[in-house]
Amino acid sequence: MNKTSILIAALFAAAGFATTASAQELTGTLKKIKDSGRVVMGTRDSSAPLAYTLGGGQYTGYHVEMCDRILDTIKKQIGAPAAKTEYTLVTSQNRIPLVENGTVDIECGSTTNNAARQKQVAFGLTTYVTEVRMAVRANSGLTSINQLNGRNLATTTGTTSVQTLRKHERATGVDFKEIYGKDHADSFLLLESGRADAFVMDDNILAGNIANAKNPKDFIIAGEVLSVEPIAVMFRKDDPAFKKAVDDAIRGMMKGGELDKLYVKWFQSPIPPRNSNMNMPIGPTLKGLIVNPNDRPMEDYAKK
Amino acid sequence: MNYHWEWQVFLRDDGSGRTYIEWMISAWGWTLSVAACAWVLALLIGSVIGTLRTVPQHGWQRVGDAWVELFRNIPLLVQIFLWYHVVPAVFTAFKDLPAFVLVVFALGFFTSARIAEQVRAGIQSLPSGQRMAGQALGLTLPQTYRHVILPMAFRIVIPPLTSEAMNIIKNSSVAFAVSIAEMTMFAMQAQEETSRGIEIYLAVTTLYVVSAFSVNRVMAWIEGRVRVPGTIGGGK
Repeated sequence: MNKTSILIAALFAAAGFATTASAQELTGTLKKIKDSGRVVMGTRDSSAPLAYTLGGGQYTGYHVEMCDRILDTIKKQIGAPAAKTEYTLVTSQNRIPLVENGTVDIECGSTTNNAARQKQVAFGLTTYVTEVRMAVRANSGLTSINQLNGRNLATTTGTTSVQTLRKHERATGVDFKEIYGKDHADSFLLLESGRADAFVMDDNILAGNIANAKNPKDFIIAGEVLSVEPIAVMFRKDDPAFKKAVDDAIRGMMKGGELDKLYVKWFQSPIPPRNSNMNMPIGPTLKGLIVNPNDRPMEDYAKK
Repeated sequence: MNYHWEWQVFLRDDGSGRTYIEWMISAWGWTLSVAACAWVLALLIGSVIGTLRTVPQHGWQRVGDAWVELFRNIPLLVQIFLWYHVVPAVFTAFKDLPAFVLVVFALGFFTSARIAEQVRAGIQSLPSGQRMAGQALGLTLPQTYRHVILPMAFRIVIPPLTSEAMNIIKNSSVAFAVSIAEMTMFAMQAQEETSRGIEIYLAVTTLYVVSAFSVNRVMAWIEGRVRVPGTIGGGK
């Protein structure tokens, strides 16, 4: 090979490189994934069936599986199919700071998309809708939360349900005696042991706890819907390329019916580790969102 | 770090018509109340048990030993749950007691075991001649303790008691687990509602430091006031 042909080859190579680069022009998180060959998914350990652990650093659930698929799609798009997905446990206290500071690239747990959080982070299209209701003993005959005026009611510290109850009390003038469990299992124990007459929480969490109770038939989900909360995956703000990639992947799953199948798998079939079944048919709000996806915050649902 | 501070979060309404700062002050009150009540209980029981462990009667010594080992060997959080979930299920009389009282029992008994050990160490650090001298003067055993041994022993153990008093303020944070609206519960709940965890936790941390350090200063003041020159720990 003479000098000229080397030069020409080099020019072609450079031109070829330039075209690929301009075609992708990776920025933000997408660039980070391609450059580092890894992507970090933040997830939860006890938000079944959305995201939970099976022990030994293994995470699973509706949102975890959905995110695995989203990330696979994205990795292929940016030409880094071998990039490794790492899982990091987050809590409701640290999830936003960890996404902001780059420790976690995408959080797939049970995070409510609301206006306050949108000032700090961005959310994908809503992929689950939870309704705050109450679990009561099946023989209690309770059908509305206002029947609990002056009675004990359990909920969990560190959840939006606490504030929902506070607002409900102020709006309707009823007075509950709230008992705060330190986690959902603790709150459910308060209901089981009779210290509380109802457990107010997201319906999927109630269903999960009832499914795992000693005697699931003793408890039912009852009463009006106190609040509707869109749950979505969360990632860094001001990264439109990554948001578009995530949203496009979600849209694809919604159109192809893949998300419906995932829903049935996690909410209407036996799931590990105890092969319990949530028995929660898909709600009308989520059904509508699968047809017309959006990423509106919780506040928009309250207005109706 | 380009974190956007938003301290105005404390002036926001929490949904019930009070601001977050009002809520935090009330939570601080709960923290101090739990700690103070548990401290009184712990000091009373701890002194008695610590003394029992040093009396000549073996029966009483055993009672003291059993108490200390029981409450010292079970983790505090587990004790809180035992008081809250198990005790009312076994003894129905406890069923109507508010969670506050149960937490004060749990925290007070747990700390009493630690104080008992310190009081015992203080008593045993005194030369045995003091006890003998008291008895030789014709004092009964209780009189010897009241007028000779305990006044010295308590002065000696003020430094570890200071640590214990500061600990009880920090340990009172476990009360959140049984629904006491104290500062740790405020922090966990308010950071969720406001999404301003860093501001909330910083403020709560400051209040814990201020509380514990105030206790430290009060104890140092007591230590200075009761000092007896020329004795162990008497200093100048």
